Amino acid sequence: MAEYKWPAPAERTLIGKRISRVDGAVKVSGHAKYSYDYNPKGLLFGKVLRCPHAHARVTSIDTSAAEKMAGIKAVQIVQKPGTEVLWQGDDIVAVAAVDEPTAEDAIRAIQVKYEVLPHNVSDAEPPAGAGEGPAGPMTEDDLENALGNQVPDAQVISDLQKRGVTFQVTDDMTKELKGYGVSDAVINALKAAAYHPEAASQPRSPYQKMAAQTQGDPDKGFASAEVTSEGVYGAPVITHCCLETHGSAAEWPSSDHLLVHCSTQGVSGLPDQYAQALKIPAGNVRAHQDHIGGGFGSKFSPDRWGIATAQLSKSAGGKPVKYMLERDSELMTAGARPSAYARVKVAAKGDGTLVAWQSDSWGTGGPAGAGSPPLPYVFEIPNQRKQHTAVRTNQGPARAWRAPNHPQAAVITMCALDDLAHKLNMDPVEFFAKNLDMTGPRAPIYKEELPLAAELMGWKQKWHPRGDKSEGPIKRGVGLSMHTWGGRGHASNCLLSIHPDGSVDIKMGSQDLGTGTRTAILIVAADSLGIPMNAITLNIGDTMYPPDGGSGGSTTIGGVSSSTRRAALMALDQLFAKVAPALKAQPADLEARDGTVRVKSEPSRSLSWKQACAKLGAMPLSVTGKNPGPGNLINSGVGGVGMADVSVDTETGIVKVNKMVAVQDCGLVINLKTAESQCYGALIMGISYALYEEKVLDPVTGRMLNPNMEFYRLAGLRDIPELMVHMMTDPLNENRGVIGLGEPPVISPGAAISNAVANAIGVRVPFLPLTPDRVLAALEQQQKAGA
Amino acid sequence: MADDDEKTSSGVSRREFLKISGIAAAVPLVAPQMVEAAGEKVPVYGPGKAPMSFTINGKRYSAQLEPRVTLLDALRDQFDLTGSKRVCDRAECGACTVLLNNKPVYACTVLAIEAQHQPITTIESLSQGGKLHPIQAAFVQHDAQQCGFCTPGFVMACKSFLDQHPHATEEQIRYHLNGNLCRCGTYKGIREVIAQMSGTKGA
Ligand code: FES
Ligand code: FES
Repeated sequence: MAEYKWPAPAERTLIGKRISRVDGAVKVSGHAKYSYDYNPKGLLFGKVLRCPHAHARVTSIDTSAAEKMAGIKAVQIVQKPGTEVLWQGDDIVAVAAVDEPTAEDAIRAIQVKYEVLPHNVSDAEPPAGAGEGPAGPMTEDDLENALGNQVPDAQVISDLQKRGVTFQVTDDMTKELKGYGVSDAVINALKAAAYHPEAASQPRSPYQKMAAQTQGDPDKGFASAEVTSEGVYGAPVITHCCLETHGSAAEWPSSDHLLVHCSTQGVSGLPDQYAQALKIPAGNVRAHQDHIGGGFGSKFSPDRWGIATAQLSKSAGGKPVKYMLERDSELMTAGARPSAYARVKVAAKGDGTLVAWQSDSWGTGGPAGAGSPPLPYVFEIPNQRKQHTAVRTNQGPARAWRAPNHPQAAVITMCALDDLAHKLNMDPVEFFAKNLDMTGPRAPIYKEELPLAAELMGWKQKWHPRGDKSEGPIKRGVGLSMHTWGGRGHASNCLLSIHPDGSVDIKMGSQDLGTGTRTAILIVAADSLGIPMNAITLNIGDTMYPPDGGSGGSTTIGGVSSSTRRAALMALDQLFAKVAPALKAQPADLEARDGTVRVKSEPSRSLSWKQACAKLGAMPLSVTGKNPGPGNLINSGVGGVGMADVSVDTETGIVKVNKMVAVQDCGLVINLKTAESQCYGALIMGISYALYEEKVLDPVTGRMLNPNMEFYRLAGLRDIPELMVHMMTDPLNENRGVIGLGEPPVISPGAAISNAVANAIGVRVPFLPLTPDRVLAALEQQQKAGA
Repeated sequence: MADDDEKTSSGVSRREFLKISGIAAAVPLVAPQMVEAAGEKVPVYGPGKAPMSFTINGKRYSAQLEPRVTLLDALRDQFDLTGSKRVCDRAECGACTVLLNNKPVYACTVLAIEAQHQPITTIESLSQGGKLHPIQAAFVQHDAQQCGFCTPGFVMACKSFLDQHPHATEEQIRYHLNGNLCRCGTYKGIREVIAQMSGTKGA
């Protein structure tokens, strides 16, 4: 029996090296096929009529003119008259036509009438006392929100018991929840919850106050402190802005079999979702995806428009229908990162030791409110009191955005701590270092990373007390932040076959988001089998292959690398058993290296890989490696440090980043090249949300004012400074096993840049993005306060 | 639902009809209407489809298209040249970059009808017989791509930029390559590509 562990450093031929991604050539040549590119003969084009109002009730729909138009093949009402629409851009009617212009014409020919209802798109600070008193019965949105935001089971159960629900709990619903991994205890509480149908139509306060949480003795903590700092901090709603918009192509090869090409982060998770909506067996749904143009947490569901696409195809006799969101619909409806703001009071002893934290936070995730960010972030300050108010708005619905809730928590916490360091007259690096024992199990890694980051940044030379005193309007400053993430590998199945002719193939239902998943799987398989990567055929992205977890929360690398490693070792076990007699050795004495199977102690006693495989006889050998499984191949929990160096033009308010540093651990790195790319990409995305990104809604009309890429600004090449990434790859980290990396490095840039700006100009710009108007407003306030 | 529009009123399917009209060679299906504008007679196409032909990557293509169809949609939907991507559809991101008359254009913002009679070069022509163009190879080497959705547009923009600025300065790079956007954050790799190709230190 193989021992399930990673090869020792000296034995690794590929793992941990810098390897170019295997799908690089197909991507640079334009031949990579995305769902958007699916273009079969007879393809019909979908379009969706969307609600122009932020809050309305559909009163009537007339599709008759559209139905009569030449070239229109199907019309599907998505939300019937009587439905309440909660955000601008929500789907009302979908059509399929022979080409896109015709579909657009049809949309224009549809008449929909609405009763416009009052809307609220403001996530400004709740008025004092708002949302207090016992909360009413839970709506489906409340429940979804609680489950989606990691509210502890005990609290969900007690809420269900105390508050009851406004909706009928059906078997389908509980089955679906179970499918998402909701615990039996919660499901039982849901089934037992009192049903209050009357409450569903009652007006509700937009503010939902969550129970205050207290730890230690905050009053005593603050009383014992020598220095206290107070401030307000936050980050607004931003969008995912995936370059490939959400959408799919759907067709029915037979009347009860559905085939979808869907832009998704979770191929294996799709059939069940389609099956539920379309009332067909999940086994009759096949989903396929070769490449995806970005997801960042927003692409796990077929979505309302995806189900409509499948229905359109059905009405059109099963012909393929493709519908991908237009850019404006994408930005309006296909995912928003919840906002989070907080009034913070934080206190320390004179030597910088943190003693107390208090935060009143609020934010919106759209109609369902949003959960609280984890505050205080990273530092377990001994005495804490915190309260969160979720603001329900007619923003589009929230979706997980790369490291859900963490970038917001970092902005709130790290900026508050930076302000406190300023009040203490301490260099923030020293102040953070002083308190690292409060960071829990990751403390040792932070202790290594913090000085390393400072060195890479040139912190000692660059840091100065707040406010760059040099002449001229351009002020320069540095700032830092720290972050943490879990990243344990998800469930994964790797079906690996070795054929008598020596060929090897792998089938997995996983997907490659551009993080380099394909490359990582091949690195692990090839390193384990001792053959070149290009000797292995890898098939992923289809429900015909064994199911694999969705790619979210930095869980993919741990999942696929460990299942692949196990599969390869199991396969070698079986191969060695067949080959051993020919080499006159025991199976346990064999190894597969350099394209041979050989005796460990006497490498010249060997067979070529091909000769060895020929011993299999007529049948290939096939094994399925799983995660979780035997051996400690993966782990969870990383820490990282981010630093920024900025210049601020105090006349124009324009912030320019000069340099960013990321120091990051993630256990054993499979591919250093793509791991570093994750970090570089995260720094760039971080600059983008720190300086430019905001979903701007008009309070009067409730509509999004910047649903395009001109005014929803992403960082461009010009905005990108010198970037330095350092991965912590020492043996101590490697011995922990593989841990995910997609989320962590994107967490710190916002806070680090905000702190650098404060260091440069001497005053805090409270909210991201740090746009010129906000910078100038902060400077003006500072001037007034000084005058 | 509307009648199957693949049948014309004469009962001949459109495909057959096209075959028949193909015999009549260059005679357009619908003669453009002539109107007078500023003292000159100019043809007006549409509404409805008009025959159009293109030279793409050195090959001839033709199709019946409405005048409102963009070059990008024609490339993608009619000719299955899907390397050029539609991302913003309004000249903001560069994902649709192709060369028209050897100049980079946003194909989402050029009407197909205007792109006739000029050579069009798309990403698909860059690698020949499975061999990558050196710029493409550099993209792979420097990992200047993640999801890859912006990549074809970036490759085209870089190619055209390097053709015009073989020894680019940092200032020129910042200016000329700011018309393409990437969400995954691959700009560092792209700078390295340019640096390698132009022999500057760059990045
Ligand atoms: S799709 Fe043409 S510029 Fe964005
Ligand atoms: S690589 Fe994903 S958008 Fe550029």
